[in-house]
Amino acid sequence: MSAGLALPHDAAPLHVTGAARYIDDLPVPAGTLHLAFGLSTVAHGAITAMDLGAVRAAPGVVAVLSADDLPDMPDCSPSAHDEPLLATGTVHYVGQQVFLVIATAHLAARHAARLGRISYAEHPALLTVDDALTAGSRFEAGPVVWAKGDAAAAIAAAAHRVEGRMEVGGQEHFYLEGQVALALPQEGGDMVVHSSTQHPTEVQHKVAHALHLPMAAVRVEVRRMGGGFGGKESQGNALAIACAVAARLTGRPCKMRYDRDDDMVITGKRHDLRIVYRAGFDGGGRLAGVEFTHLMRCGWSQDLSLPVADRAMLHADNTYFLPAIRIESHRLKTNTQSGTAFRGFGGPQGMVGIERVMDHVAHALGREPLDVRRVNFYRAMAERPGVSPPSLATGEAFFAENPPLEDFQTLITRQGILAEKKPAAKVLTANAVDLTSRGASDLAVGGIVPAVPAGVQTTPYHMPVEDFIGHELVAALEVSSDYHARRAAIAVWNVGSPVLKRGLALTPVKFGISFTLTWLNQAGALVHVYQDGSIHLNHGGTEMGQGLFQKVAQVAAGVFGVDAGVVKITATDTGKVPNTSATAASSGSDLNGMAAQAACETIRGRMAEHLAALHQAPVADIVFGGGRVRVAGADYAFAEVAALAYQARVSLSSTGFYRTPKIVWDRVRGTGRPFFYFAYGAAVTEVVIDTLTGENRILRTDILHDTGSSLNPALDIGQIEGAYVQGAGWLTTEELVWDDKGRLKTHAPSTYKIPACSDRPPVFNVALWGGENPEETVGKSKAVGEPPFMLGISVLMALSDAVAACGDGSVYPALDAPATAERVLFAVKRQRHV
Amino acid sequence: MSEIAFLLNGTPVRVTCEAPTRTLLDWLRETRGLSGTKEGCNEGDCGACTVMVTDRSGAKALNACILFLPQLHGKAIRTIEGIAGPDGTLHPVQQAMIDHHGSQCGFCTPGFVVSMAVGHLQGRRDHDDVLAGNLCRCTGYAPIVKAAQAAQTAPVPNWMQTDRAFFSAQVPSGGAPQDGGADSPPSAFRPETADELARWFAANPAATLIAGATDVGLWVTKEFRDLGPVAFLGGIADLQQITRQGDTFRVGAGVTITDLLEAMRGVHPDFAELLRRYSSVQVRNAATIGGNIANGSPIGDAPPALIAMGARLHLRHGDVRREMALEDFFLDYRRQDRNPGELVEAVTLPALAPALRCYKLSKRFDQDISAVCGCFNVTLEQGIVTAARIAFGGMAGIPKRAAAVEAGLLGKPLTVDAAMALRPAFAQDFTPLSDMRASAGYRLETAANMLVRYAHDLAGVPVSVLEVRP
Repeated sequence: MSAGLALPHDAAPLHVTGAARYIDDLPVPAGTLHLAFGLSTVAHGAITAMDLGAVRAAPGVVAVLSADDLPDMPDCSPSAHDEPLLATGTVHYVGQQVFLVIATAHLAARHAARLGRISYAEHPALLTVDDALTAGSRFEAGPVVWAKGDAAAAIAAAAHRVEGRMEVGGQEHFYLEGQVALALPQEGGDMVVHSSTQHPTEVQHKVAHALHLPMAAVRVEVRRMGGGFGGKESQGNALAIACAVAARLTGRPCKMRYDRDDDMVITGKRHDLRIVYRAGFDGGGRLAGVEFTHLMRCGWSQDLSLPVADRAMLHADNTYFLPAIRIESHRLKTNTQSGTAFRGFGGPQGMVGIERVMDHVAHALGREPLDVRRVNFYRAMAERPGVSPPSLATGEAFFAENPPLEDFQTLITRQGILAEKKPAAKVLTANAVDLTSRGASDLAVGGIVPAVPAGVQTTPYHMPVEDFIGHELVAALEVSSDYHARRAAIAVWNVGSPVLKRGLALTPVKFGISFTLTWLNQAGALVHVYQDGSIHLNHGGTEMGQGLFQKVAQVAAGVFGVDAGVVKITATDTGKVPNTSATAASSGSDLNGMAAQAACETIRGRMAEHLAALHQAPVADIVFGGGRVRVAGADYAFAEVAALAYQARVSLSSTGFYRTPKIVWDRVRGTGRPFFYFAYGAAVTEVVIDTLTGENRILRTDILHDTGSSLNPALDIGQIEGAYVQGAGWLTTEELVWDDKGRLKTHAPSTYKIPACSDRPPVFNVALWGGENPEETVGKSKAVGEPPFMLGISVLMALSDAVAACGDGSVYPALDAPATAERVLFAVKRQRHV
Repeated sequence: MSEIAFLLNGTPVRVTCEAPTRTLLDWLRETRGLSGTKEGCNEGDCGACTVMVTDRSGAKALNACILFLPQLHGKAIRTIEGIAGPDGTLHPVQQAMIDHHGSQCGFCTPGFVVSMAVGHLQGRRDHDDVLAGNLCRCTGYAPIVKAAQAAQTAPVPNWMQTDRAFFSAQVPSGGAPQDGGADSPPSAFRPETADELARWFAANPAATLIAGATDVGLWVTKEFRDLGPVAFLGGIADLQQITRQGDTFRVGAGVTITDLLEAMRGVHPDFAELLRRYSSVQVRNAATIGGNIANGSPIGDAPPALIAMGARLHLRHGDVRREMALEDFFLDYRRQDRNPGELVEAVTLPALAPALRCYKLSKRFDQDISAVCGCFNVTLEQGIVTAARIAFGGMAGIPKRAAAVEAGLLGKPLTVDAAMALRPAFAQDFTPLSDMRASAGYRLETAANMLVRYAHDLAGVPVSVLEVRP
C-alpha cells in the first residue's frame, strides 16, 4: 500500500534544484504589467486631498487608480464587505491600500507608489484593546458568552482560587513567498488568475464579483504556495482583485507581488488578545469552575475574526474537563492590521489561557504542574464501559474523585445586548455572499445538542469527548522523556547555579478537527486514468508545503494498487473541482483524501466490473496491487487494464465527493458537535534562562503526537517539528511592535524575529502515537497541520518554571507572551522582589 | 554605462550595466530568466536569494538581493541552477535534503541548498552558523541540519571545483577587472588601490562608497535613494589586509567581517564570538569593518568591542591622513568626525586583551541586531582594577564608553558586590531609548547587569545560556 509510506514531498526534487515554480517564477506574456499599492500613512482619518501627479509622471507608470476611478469599488473581504480594494474617503489603519499603480515593471510600480501626496484629517485612532473597549468599538453588537454550569458559584465555593490576566501577542505569518497574483485576461471578458492562495474558490468568487462576471467566467489556478499558515486564506484577495481589475482595464496581463515590508504592513496577522481569568479548585488542583474573558484585537476589518474568536472559546478547555465554565469573548475593532487566520485559528489563543491557569494553580498549591494537569484531564476513552482503547498503552485511573456527570441541560447564557443583535447592516445578495468563506458564519443555521453516551464527559460546548487518549499519551511521554528524573536533576542544578536557571514543562494538546462552519466540511476531486495507465489527480486542496498533494496521491495510488509516482499531481484549479473550501482548519487530507479516494474507487470499480465480465469472475476476486491487476489466474499490468477498459468504452474519469459526517454546530448558542474528532499530542520542553538578561534557550524537546494511522509519517513529523518551532516563536521572540501612531515598527525580518536555525531544540525527539483514529477518516489518519503548533505552549510554561525557580514560591511568574528576554528578566525581578 | 564580466554557472557572461545599482537577484530573475533564486525579503535577512560567489579568496555565500552587478566583476557566480551537475546529477546536499525531508514549501530551499553547498565545499561542520542566514518557516530546521550532517562526508563534486579552477587558470591576476576604473564613468567607479579611491573621493565628496552593500543595498531596495556617484571598493586589495605591527593589528577598512572573525578567533575569542553573531554568513562575507564603522550605527556591532580594546581609527582625505581613538569618531546620532571626501582607511587594535568580554543582547541569538551590546576590558593588578575600558552599543545615539562606571571601578576589586554597587553609575552614563528591540528600562537594567555578569564571568561562574548543554 502506498498510504503510510514515508515518501518525500512530491516536489522535493524540484525544490532542491530551484525548478519548482511559484507564481512569480511563471513566464509571463509580453506586455505584462506590474502593480503596487500606495498605502495610508495614518491610522485613522479622512482623505482630504490626493495628489497623484508625481505618481502618474513616474517612469514606467501606465495608469494610477484611486477611489475616484472605481465608483463601483470592489470588495476584498471574506466576510462583512468592509474591505474596499482602495480606501473610499476614510482610512482605517497604517498600510491600508489607497491607490493602485499600474506600471511596466515591478520596481517602477513600487517606486511610483511612494510618490503619492495624500492629506488626511486625522481622527482619533483606536490602537489597543483598552482603546476599543472604552470606545465600544467591536464586531458584533457585544461580547459572545458561552457558559456551562455556574462558574461563579463554583469558584466562590472552592477551597482555593487564583485570578490573573495575560497578554498574548499576535504573530506575523512570515511565509517565505510573499503575497502574489497574476491575472491573464481571456477572450470574451473571462479571466484566469494565478494566485498564491489557500482558497482558490474565494479568489474566484471575489474576482467574479469585482468584474461582475459569473463565477464560471473566472478560473483560478494555484500549483503551490511558498508557505501559507493561514495568511493566504483571505489576505491574497486584494492582489488578485487588483490584478483582475487592472487586466480588465488595460487588456494586458497584470501581476502583483508585495515587497516584504509592504506585505507585513498591509496584511493581517494572528490575533493578539488579553485573557482575564479566575479559577476555583480543590487542594489537589482539580478545577471546580473557571471564567475566561478574551479581549481579541481584531483590527480594522472583520475578516475571519468571528470564527477565530469562536475557536479560541472552543479550545478554552484543552484536555481538561471543566465542570463549570463561563467564557466571554470580545471581538474588538481597532485601527490596526486585521486579525486573520493563522495556524490554529484562535485555538492557540484559547488553549494558552487554560494552560496558564493550570500553571498558576500548580504554583499556588506548590504541586507538580503535571499532576495538576492530569487530575483535570477528560475521562479516558479506555475508561468508558464497553469501549476498548485503540492504543497500546493503558489508561490510568484518575477518576475516583470526578464529580457526577451532569444532565447536560445546563444554562446557556448570552448577554442581553446580544439578544438584540441586528442583522448585518448591508443586505447581502446571494451573489455577494461568499458561501465558501469561513467568514460567512452568520448565515449558519442552528444545531442541536448531541446525545451523550453514558460515562462520557462533555466540553464546555456540550460535545461528548469520546476519543480522549491524553492519559495514555502523556504517560508514555513521561517515560520516554525521562520527565521525573530530569525534573529532580534540574532542581539540583538550579541550586548550584546562581546566574542561570533551568525550567521544565509538559503541556498537552487536544484540538478539534472540522470547520466550525459545518457546510465547509466537503470536498471534491477529479481523477482521470489514461489509456497508458497513467493517473491524473486533481482535488480542491492546495499545496503550501504541508505535503497534502503527496498524501492524497498516496491514497489514490493505494486504491489503484500502483506506486505513488504513477499518480500525476496537478495544480488546484477551480475549473476542475468547483466550490472548494479553503485548505485550512487542518482539513486538507481528511477532506480531499476522502474525495480522491471516492473518485478512484469509482474508476477502479468500473475497471473491475469490466475485467470481471471478461473473465466471468466475481468482482470481489479482482485484486489491484503492486502495479498489477489479478483476476481468475490472469495477471495484467495496470496499464493493460486501462487500455482494455478504454477499448471497451468504459469511462476512466470520475469525480469524487466527500462530506464529513456527524458534525452539527450552533455557534450562536455555543452547543453541538462542531468537530468530527480531536487530535492529541503532548510536549516536554526544557529551557535555561539567564537571570541577569532574561536571555533563554530551549535545551531539549520531546514530543509525542497523535496523527492516527499516519498517511505519511515523514510528512507528519515534518509538520509536527515545524509547528512546534513556529509555536515556540510565537511565544518567545516573535514580537509585533506598533508605535503610538499605529505604525507597525517590526515590518521586516531585521526587526521581526522568527526562529532561526540555532533556535530549534538541540535535542528534538518527535514520535507519532500511532493509534488509529476511531472515526472513519481516510486511512484512519488524523489531521496534523495545526494541532502541533500548540505544543509550543510548553516552551512558555518551561520558561515560567525557570522563572519560578528564582523565587520562594510566593509570587507567580505571570509571564506574558511573547516571553522575550525582556519579559523574562522582569518576571525574574518580580520573583526577587526588586 | 559600463560592462562587467563574470562566470555564471560555468559560462562566461558579459553584461552592460544600465544602472550601477541593478541587483544580481533582479538581473537573474528578470533578465536572465533564472527563477530558482528567490526573493524573500529583499534586504539580506532571509537568505532565499543566496548564491555562491567565488573570487581569488575562494567561494562564499552572498545574498543576491543586496548585491549590485558591478560588485561581481571578474568573479564566478553559481546559482541554485548550477549546484547540480551539468548532467543533472544532484549535489550531495540536494540528495540529502530530499532524503531527510528538508523541504516543505520549498521557497527557502534554493537558498538553503546554496548555503549548504558552500559549507560543504569548505568542509564546515558548524551547520547552525552556516545556516544562520537562511530562514525557514516550515520545517523547524531539524531535517535541514540532518541533511547537512548526512552530506558532510560526501566528496565535493567535480563541477563545484571548476569556479576556483577558473581563477587559477583563466585569471591569474585573481579576477582583476578587465575594464578597470579609468574606463568607467564616474557613475560606477571601480578603483583598484586605496590611492585611486582617496583621490577620487576627495574630488567627489558627495559620492557613495560601496564595499559590501549590506546597508547601502537597503537604501536602494527599500528606500529608493539616489546614491549619486558611486564607487565600488571590492577590488581594492590594499584595503583588505590584516597586518600585525608589534603589539597591534592593523585591519584595513575593506576587510570583511568574515576575514576579521577568522583572524580574531585565536587572538580575541570573545570578540570573535561577537563577530560570529554579527548578522549571518552571507552578510559577514560582504560587510566590511570599514563600512561597519563609517556607517555610524548607534549599535555598531564591532565598535563597542573595538572601543573597549582601545582601537584607533585611521582616516584619509586625498593624501592627508589622521588618526583618533575610535570612540572620538562617533560624535552624535548618525554624525561622525569625518570630513566630506574623507574615508576610513583602517583600524588598529591591540593584540592582547585577555580580560575582554563582549556581551550581545538581542531578541534572537543569531542574525539579530543588538538591543544592548556591552564590552568590558579591565586590567587587574592583584585583584584591583587599575584600568577599565567599558563600551556599549544600543545605549546612546552612538557606541559610547561608560565613563562613570569605569571611574567607579578603579582601585576596587571587581566583585559581584562591587558591580552591584555601581548600578547608579549606569544611569549617569546612559539615557537609552525605547524602541522595537527593547525598552529603555530593560536596556539600563541589563547594561548594569552585564557588569555583574562580567564579575561572575571573570570568576569562572557560567553566565551564558549558549554554553548550557541539555
